[in-house]
Amino acid sequence: MRFLLLAVFLTAIAHAQQPAGNAENGKRLFARDGCYECHGYAAQGSRDGPRLAATSLPAQVVINYVRRPFGAMPAYTPKVLSDHELADIYAFLKSLPAARPAKDIPLLDQLRNE
Amino acid sequence: MAKSDASRVGRRGFLRGAAAGAAALASTPPPAARAQDVPKRGSTPLPSASQAAAETSPPPPRADVYTTSRPGSDFMVDVVKSLGFEYVAANPGSSFRGLHESIINYGNNRNPELLTCCHEESSVAMAHGYAKIEGKPMMIMAHGTVGLQHASMAIYNAYADRVPVYIVLGNILDATYRRSVVEWTHSVQDAAAMVRDYTKWDDAPVSLTHFAESAVRAYQIAMTPAMGPVVLVADAVLQEEPVPEADRPSLRIPKLSAIGPPAADAAAIHEVARLLVAAENPVMVAGRCARTPQGLELLVELAEVLQAPVQDRPFRFRMNFPTRHPLYGGNLGEADLVLALEDPDFWQATHAQTPVNRMGMETRSTSKPGTRLITISSIDLNSKSNYQDFGRYPEADLAIAADAEASLPALIEACKRLITPDRKHALQERGAKLADAARRTRERALEEAAWGWDASPITTARLSAELWNAVRKEDWSLVSDVVFLSYWPTRLWDFTKHYQYIGGQGAFGVGYGAPAAVGAALANRKHGRLSVNIQCDGDLNYAPGVLWTAAHHRIPLLTVMHNNRAYHQERMYVQDMASRAERGIDRANIGTSITDPNIDYATMAKAYGVYGVGPIENPDDLAPAIRRALEVVRRGEPALIDVLTQPR
Repeated sequence: MRFLLLAVFLTAIAHAQQPAGNAENGKRLFARDGCYECHGYAAQGSRDGPRLAATSLPAQVVINYVRRPFGAMPAYTPKVLSDHELADIYAFLKSLPAARPAKDIPLLDQLRNE
Repeated sequence: MAKSDASRVGRRGFLRGAAAGAAALASTPPPAARAQDVPKRGSTPLPSASQAAAETSPPPPRADVYTTSRPGSDFMVDVVKSLGFEYVAANPGSSFRGLHESIINYGNNRNPELLTCCHEESSVAMAHGYAKIEGKPMMIMAHGTVGLQHASMAIYNAYADRVPVYIVLGNILDATYRRSVVEWTHSVQDAAAMVRDYTKWDDAPVSLTHFAESAVRAYQIAMTPAMGPVVLVADAVLQEEPVPEADRPSLRIPKLSAIGPPAADAAAIHEVARLLVAAENPVMVAGRCARTPQGLELLVELAEVLQAPVQDRPFRFRMNFPTRHPLYGGNLGEADLVLALEDPDFWQATHAQTPVNRMGMETRSTSKPGTRLITISSIDLNSKSNYQDFGRYPEADLAIAADAEASLPALIEACKRLITPDRKHALQERGAKLADAARRTRERALEEAAWGWDASPITTARLSAELWNAVRKEDWSLVSDVVFLSYWPTRLWDFTKHYQYIGGQGAFGVGYGAPAAVGAALANRKHGRLSVNIQCDGDLNYAPGVLWTAAHHRIPLLTVMHNNRAYHQERMYVQDMASRAERGIDRANIGTSITDPNIDYATMAKAYGVYGVGPIENPDDLAPAIRRALEVVRRGEPALIDVLTQPR
């Protein structure tokens, strides 16, 4: 329970600190600075990076991870990608619509029933 | 060999014609030589009757000197035919012209049939793909010098992928037979030296008897696990000189021995079985375990006996296990025993790199403390030093040097003997949990596939789903890799048969994809299978002439371009380096893009005589394009669809 409360608290702080961003500029940066290389132009995810489209992660969590990743992702320091730019990228990711459920896509629904 | 060079007579059988030719030359010495060549009076004995006759008789017809009824290359074809080759792939080359001629005329261009290739790398990679479907080698021919230099990367791929390829090199070892600068530059003392580090065996026979024995030995070595490419030098003099009449009765072709792959010994099998049956969470990692269709069936049987999962990530080297089987998957991090079967990179499967050092020097095990690691691998039987394809030392608790597939029958029986009724009940409970996990993994994959469904460039998930819908009712075979497609075909398609997937390059040498697909499609052709190649754009540009080979030889193959207009893997590496250096993160496209101009692959295909369409940018246009292309393929021809895709 203590851990749960801590998580809620941190998430609340993160939301409170969430910088506003420019989604249009974020889309441009997402392509320009190579984010798409692993995550896809639609931020749909791939073998090399998880889906980021419509992410439910708070902005600060995303920014912190970009600064100090622990997987195969390169670290992007403020020298090459500012907090402001990251906020724009985050706004772009949040602006992307969620995927339709697989059952609503005939090809995928067919696959479900095979 | 140099039939027009009348001055060369040494080792020929045509003494009569040669002597006459020499006499003719002697009768007309070049002007500069006449004065000094005049013999001193009284120093020369009188000519014999035969010499006198040779000097005074008219020379024999040219054809008597030129022709031969039984060149050595005919016998070489007898040898090749005895080994059962269906095809020989070659870009034509003068150092094996004798063998070329014997194959098409003496051998009637059947078994083997000559395949015209536009690059030696294509010849070898075609043989590579063919062998992974057909289970036996294709022969290729190349110059011992320039041809082999072209072929070398593809040979290394086949070597690292443990695939048999039978390479015959032309060479003119005897300097007196080389008739021009071309033949001097195409000759070499030790032709196979260039590829000896990544072939299993080679020889340069000096007689036809020697050729026959080495040819059969080479085949046997190539096909004995761990399999690999072999090289046989067909000396041009042996090819082109006639077989001396006196030698003909003694020429024979040794029989090819039945090959018994090396299986693990009984004590080792018993120990592995004991550990597997006792383990609470064993996981099997299959690298190149299933050499044959039987290998797949055996692995399924072992998994079901143990109710233990099988996984083949990250590279999926072979079709080892049905992708929708409830035991396909498993979590190495939770395993208390991991059994690696012919996994060439087992260390990587059980370790992760830390983020501190991206070059991989600081790593950590992803296994639980105390997890037992067991390997069964024929790779351990064929180790070489220079090229580092053997990977990092895996620190296994038990390392068994043996062919995994050959070891499975005894392992299955040993496990069955050790499983008590109580244990069987526990294993079934484990199997039920694994089946549930596999079902959830599949459902998750379908939901993930939906993201970016309507995006352009087209997602690799959408591409894979559309292709599956088009081929799922056919007898299909995916003859390309899935790694750069984020594994979507193996996540979505129902792979059940051994020929439905052939893995990748082996040594990750780019340029393998297109020719290997054509070779595999050729092997599939006589079985009536629909071959599908999802083709990376960078790979196709190494030697696109293989499209022409596919068209020329009527090889049905559906090629769908995974056209991300980049050497994308390298772009990601450059991006990584830029981030480390804290500069220019927006410049990783330089030197890695394949744009400006964009390559028109549909037009490229048409230029080679292949049906081509695209580029397809709208995902909704994909299904109709695939339908039209399949109509072409069903007629027995290759077809290509260019699709603009997401990077991965």
